[in-house]
Parts: sequence; C-alpha cells; structure tokens
Amino acid sequence: MSYLFDTKSGTRYLMMGNDAIVRGALEAGVGVASAYPGTPSSEIIEQLSRASRERNIYVEWSVNEKVAVEVAFAASIAGLRSICAMKQNGVNVASDFLLHVALSGTRGGMVLVHCDDPGALSSINEGESRHFARMLELPLLEPGDFQEAKDMTAWAFGLSEELRSLVMMRSVTRLSHASGNVTIGDLPPTDKKAVFRYDGPLGDPDTGPVVTMPVPKNHVLLQNKLKKARELFEKSPFNTYTGPEKPELLIITSSACNLYSLEAVRLLNAGGRVGVLKLGTTWPLPPELIKKSLSRADKILFVEEVLPFTEENVKILAAEMAAEVGIIKFYGKNDGTIPMTGEMNPDIVVDACAKILGITYSPMPADYEAAAQEMLKTLSPVRDLTFCPGCPHRASFWNIHNALAIDNRHGFTCGDIGCYTLGFLPCGFNTMKTSHSMGSGIGIASGFGKLKQFGMDQPIVTVCGDSTFFHAAIPALVNAVHNKSDVIFILLDNSGTAMTGFQPHPGTPLDATGHELPDIDPAAVCRSLGATVEYADPFDIDGTQIALLRLMEEGGARVLIMKQMCALSPAKKGKKKFEVRVDENVCIGENCGCNRFCTRIFRCPGLVWDQECGVAVVDEVICAGCGVCASICPSGAIRKTEARA
Amino acid sequence: MKNSGIGNDPFNVIITGVGGQGNVLASRMLGNILSDQGYFVTIGETFGVSQRGGSVMSHLRISGSSAWSPQIPRGQADIVVALEPIEAIRVMAYYGNERATVLSNTRPIYPVGVIAGEMEYPDPGSIREALGRLTGRVVLIDATDEAMKLGNPILGNVIMLGAVAATGLLPFDRDDFKTVIARSMPADRLEINLAAYDRGREMLLETT
Repeated sequence: MSYLFDTKSGTRYLMMGNDAIVRGALEAGVGVASAYPGTPSSEIIEQLSRASRERNIYVEWSVNEKVAVEVAFAASIAGLRSICAMKQNGVNVASDFLLHVALSGTRGGMVLVHCDDPGALSSINEGESRHFARMLELPLLEPGDFQEAKDMTAWAFGLSEELRSLVMMRSVTRLSHASGNVTIGDLPPTDKKAVFRYDGPLGDPDTGPVVTMPVPKNHVLLQNKLKKARELFEKSPFNTYTGPEKPELLIITSSACNLYSLEAVRLLNAGGRVGVLKLGTTWPLPPELIKKSLSRADKILFVEEVLPFTEENVKILAAEMAAEVGIIKFYGKNDGTIPMTGEMNPDIVVDACAKILGITYSPMPADYEAAAQEMLKTLSPVRDLTFCPGCPHRASFWNIHNALAIDNRHGFTCGDIGCYTLGFLPCGFNTMKTSHSMGSGIGIASGFGKLKQFGMDQPIVTVCGDSTFFHAAIPALVNAVHNKSDVIFILLDNSGTAMTGFQPHPGTPLDATGHELPDIDPAAVCRSLGATVEYADPFDIDGTQIALLRLMEEGGARVLIMKQMCALSPAKKGKKKFEVRVDENVCIGENCGCNRFCTRIFRCPGLVWDQECGVAVVDEVICAGCGVCASICPSGAIRKTEARA
Repeated sequence: MKNSGIGNDPFNVIITGVGGQGNVLASRMLGNILSDQGYFVTIGETFGVSQRGGSVMSHLRISGSSAWSPQIPRGQADIVVALEPIEAIRVMAYYGNERATVLSNTRPIYPVGVIAGEMEYPDPGSIREALGRLTGRVVLIDATDEAMKLGNPILGNVIMLGAVAATGLLPFDRDDFKTVIARSMPADRLEINLAAYDRGREMLLETT
C-alpha cells in the first residue's frame, strides 16, 4: 500500500522528506496543489498528482512559480486548502505576488513549501529563502526531522486559517531528499466545495473583495497577524528542548541542522553539558520561549543554513532582554565559529562544540588520515560534471561552438539554468559565457545586441530550454524583437523539463496527472512576435552548423529550435538508435593529427581511450547510441549501424 | 523498537557510485528492508545535477532508537558498498576506519578527465592494495560483468545487495529482500532481481 492512500492511521513508512510533506497535505485535506519543478522540491507535486483522483485534488505544473502561487491563492480565497511548492529560486520569482498576498490575506489554509539547497548540490546559487518571511511579513516554519515534516505540514493549514495568512514552510535538500520513518495520521473526507464570496463590505476577510487596499489599515492588520503568530508559537510543540536544565552550552538550531546537532552531542558524549533548542517556528520568534532559553546558558551556539538568520533574530531579542538574560557569549556564523557559506554537516558542529567546550575529538587517527588523503589525491581522479552519454546538449554546444569558431568574429553564447548550464564547462566546449536566472540568457543577449553603437560587432547567441522558454524567456524575447536587437536565440528543445524529472510544461500535451491538454508551439509564439524561426536536429552536425552559419549572416531576432529528446527521457531511455563501435584498424590513435578529437575534445563518457592499444573504444555499458561521435572522427573509424528494435 | 542485530547503533552504510548506476534505488531497497524490521532508518542522498557524470553517494543510518543525521560523520562508515572502484577510495578517505567492510564492484567508469587524457585512472592492483591498507575487510566483486550475463548491467546494484546480505553484518535475508522487491517493482521484474541477489550472495561466499 502506498502512503498516499493508506487510511490506517498509525502505520509507519520510510519516507522521503518530500513524501512526508505530501502526506501532511493529504491529511489536511488539501484541494489544490501547484508548482513549477525545481530540485529539491519537485517530488511534492509529482506525488500529489498520483493521489489527485482518489483524494479529489486539482494538481498543476504551472508555467512558473509566480503563477503557481496565484493558482493556489485562487483556491484559498474560494475556501479550499492549497499548497504551492518550489525551490529557493522560485520564491524570488513569486515574491512580487507574495508581497501582495501577505497584505490581502488568505481564506482557506494556504501553505508555501520552499526547499532550499544549502551547498548548491543541485542549484546554481545558494539562495537563502528564509529572509523572505521577514521581508514579506509572513510566518515561517522549519521541520526538524521527517515526522515533523509530515505533522507540521498538516498543522500549517490550520495555522494559516487561524491567522488568515499564507504560511511559509522551509525545507532543505537534506530533508526533502533524505528519508526517515514517519507514522501517518488520518485522512479526511474528500468532498470539497469552492465558492468565491466577494459581495461583502471592503475589509471583511470572509466575504469582501480581496484587495491590498487600504494599505495603511491592512499593514496594521498584517502586523497584528504576526503578533498573534508569536503568541501561538510560544506554545508550539514544534519548538523542543533536549538536554540538562542548565547546560554549559546551548545550541539553537532548526531544520536538518537539528539532526547534525544531536549527532554532534552523541559523538562528543556531551549530553550532560550541551542542550539543543530546536526551533520549528523561526519567524516571528516567540520571545518568552527565547527568553527562557537564553537564561539557560551563558554560551550559545547557532547551527543553521545558510545565512545567520535565526542568529541575528535571536540577538535582537537578546539585546531587548539584556536586563533579564544577562551577558551571553554567542558563537555562530558572525564570529566565524561556523562557516558563513556552504552546507552544514555533523563534523562542522562537532568541531565547533569541541572547540567551545575544550574537548579533544579526532574522527580519524592522524596516520590513517594521512594515508587516506594520499590515496584520495593519487588514486581517485575527480569526476567533473558532464552531459550524459547521448545528451543532445553535447551535440548542440558542439555545433554552436564550431559555428562561432568558423564565423571567427569572437561570437559567444549567453545561457541560464538547466542541464545546459554545464555548457560553460569543457563538456560543453566552454561555449556558454554567461549563466544566471531562468530566462536571463535571452535578456542579457537582448542587451548585448544593442551595443553596436559602441563598436561591439561580436555575434550574440543565446540558449534556453523548452520549459524555461515558457517560464521566463518570452518577455525577454519580446524585448529583443521589439527593440530590434541582433540575437540568435536557440531553443534547446529536449521535450520536457528534463533536469528535474520530465515534468510536463505548456509545450507538452499532458498535464500533471497524464491527461491531455493543448500544447503550445514555441515556434508559433516566436513567429507571432515577428522573429524568424528555423528547426535543426543537433545530431545532424553538418545541417545544424550550416544553418547556424547562415543565420549569423542575417540580422534581427532569429530563432533556431534545436529539437532532440533528452537521452534519459522515459520515451527514449534504454533504446539505442545506433550500435556504435570503433574500427580499430581504421583508428590511427595519436598519429591521427586530430588531437584525439573523439576523447580529448568531444569527451562523451561512452567513448573511452584504450591506453594499451592506443585507440578509441566504445564502452557498450555507457554508450546511449546517439551516433554523433561517428560524425566527428576525421578518419571515419567510428562506425554506426541502425540498432535492431 | 529493535536494538539488537546491528553491531553499532547507529550502524552506518554508504552506497556509492556514479550517476545512473542504480545507487539511490539500492539504498531505498536496503532502507525499506531494515525499516520493515522495526529499525529507524535515515537515508541521505545526493542526486540532481550529480547524475550528470558526478559521484553519487547514499548514506544509511540504521538505529534502534531514533532518526540520525542524513550525513554520516567523518570516519564512521561500517559498510561501504561501491558500485565503482575509485568511488570506494573516495568514500574511505573521508568516512573510512579500520573496522569498515568494503564491498566494491570492479568495473571502472572513467571520469571525463581520464577520457580526455588529463588524469590517470589507477590500475586494479593499486586500488585493491590501497583499500587493503585502509581496512582489512575488502571484497571485490565483478558485479557489472555478472549483471550483463543476467541481461542488464543495472542489476549490478542488486548483486551488491546480495553480497551485503552474505556478509551477515545486517539482519536480513532473501525473504526480506523479496518482500520489498515485490512491493516496489512490477511483478515481471521479481525473478531477475532475485537471480541477481542470489548471484551476489554466492559471489561473496565464493571469495571469502
């Protein structure tokens, strides 16, 4: 039985943090769920979509995070409970609308789950989204383990209804993508009714029009909601203390750092000396609880990710309470006890506690460590990130790189977020020269394309993926066309939101639950704006490069759609189009004069160099059978034959 | 709650490899097997961009008392299962100790830097010798080669799980594995997974 449908309260499952959040939402009777995919948040909507029919939920992959919040908000003000999930970047995208939602208030319980990625394990930034809670004046929750991820999510909807405010709940990769045991609760009935009531007086939270004005009055109301949240948080069971009544050192922590802190106390065998205050409600902080905690110890260590958010908020309260709590020595990020950036782990907490308490702790004998480090250096060559075998992006960047080189006017490529971000690395032949937020490649290119009056004559190419096109590239493309900017916009269309697990997008004909929807053709969108549009198959090396060189001769906004399905796509996976092998009698190895084009330059993981024989070899376990390498060998030694079905 | 049957509490298992080797699936299978028996299991995984050619690690904590950190502390691995041999060295360099048991697949997956000729991949003898210096308990298994004989290289992960079972370090057997496979995979995959598990078990017993 899947945890999605199990009605037997009390059953125990091993769940990913994201699954626990899903179960919590189901137990709260969520009616609408929306998101734009982003690691580590994507599984939340994926799992809810599996339960959509049985639990009567509308689940949507929205075009971007701002629209996702708008969709969920509509449900809330129609009286339903709704959830929205996104990665840290998503909160930036949604923030404009969120600022207004804070002021207008909500009706049905509405929860925004935002999953940060400390350490940027699957991100191109380490953004800390908790600060939005302060800026937007919204309550913020942080589950401290897997069971709490479930329980807190279920509770957050009621909290939202009590406060009439959107509730933010922040997770991190090490909770969302980690797994632990969760005991489930009851599922409510599935009947739900949506009505938007709007004919009451302005300012009536249940029946009036939902607007942010009058601002002075609503802003006071918003601050009153935070005051109420503070009172509720004083008694919240999600703020817990473990340790002696008067510890030598008090750790204040939240989220996955709670587990690192408990681990550190265990490893140092310091349970009698160290207390751990785990906060589940991190904004606004409950002042009485903080006062009581600050009175426990003279030394306080903050363990949190990524920036010193709680550290600074607690210090403000400590200053206000100085007369009552006395002088405290604070340790954390601001004094350098804990690194200011990057992901936390138990070892960092162990080192910090050991230093403060004067304990000697060595995780490895010195000679063992020295031997191990030497082996690491000499025997385990690093694995640089690379495109998967058979990835269309490798072929696309090969084509763009070569066309720009042949054109020889120092042209370059602007990009953004997706698997193709790796285009700045050797695996993409270092082709991409700028990479920022979604859709910013075309925006930056639009700016570059207007620098002719300052003597800039380099050809400008920009790339983005098919899901990104709809998410954020269209306004920038409109800008480029309207302002007559000279850019070549290449749409790397691999038929889905590949990096996060092939979620559908407006260009694909299915919704989150697999039902048919009208697909929107990006080519038609571009043409309607007045851009010229051509297609190329990036696996057709000659055809694609010729098309690119021709486009470089022209001016204005030109769109080239490089269409080839992702190698990992469920529709393609496991099926080789070609059997590829190297004819060792034709391969002349180092004598070829091509500078080992195939392995030194093209660098597909499926094509390796046999050092003993001095020839290239296809690794049949890894090769995906795209056949592109057969087009690049100057000797014609790489042979492809149609694979048998 | 369970508090016997595991050497240390928490007992720490690291499954490592390269993206696409079925590492995450193996960790979930093992986690579910032990969770079914009443243990608290915590799994930490790295996936996402790491699928794109990078090292992928899963950390399993098995405990009779509570959830633990999804990241194992330094020097605290009890079992290291490596689906790729140099990944065993990488993991042992940070998490290793003299009591750890290392089970490593023998088939290399070359980093792109090696393919490009910028770095060297160590020969099998040096890998075996290096691991042997870090712990007395190292078993090398031709898991991918055997998996290919069974028809699919991805089954290397299940072969390695069969080998873990045969060490006797964790309290589970074929029936426990079968229960989890039957629950999590299509019925037509059951036989082949059991065959892979059995093969891994046999291979470990043959080498020790």
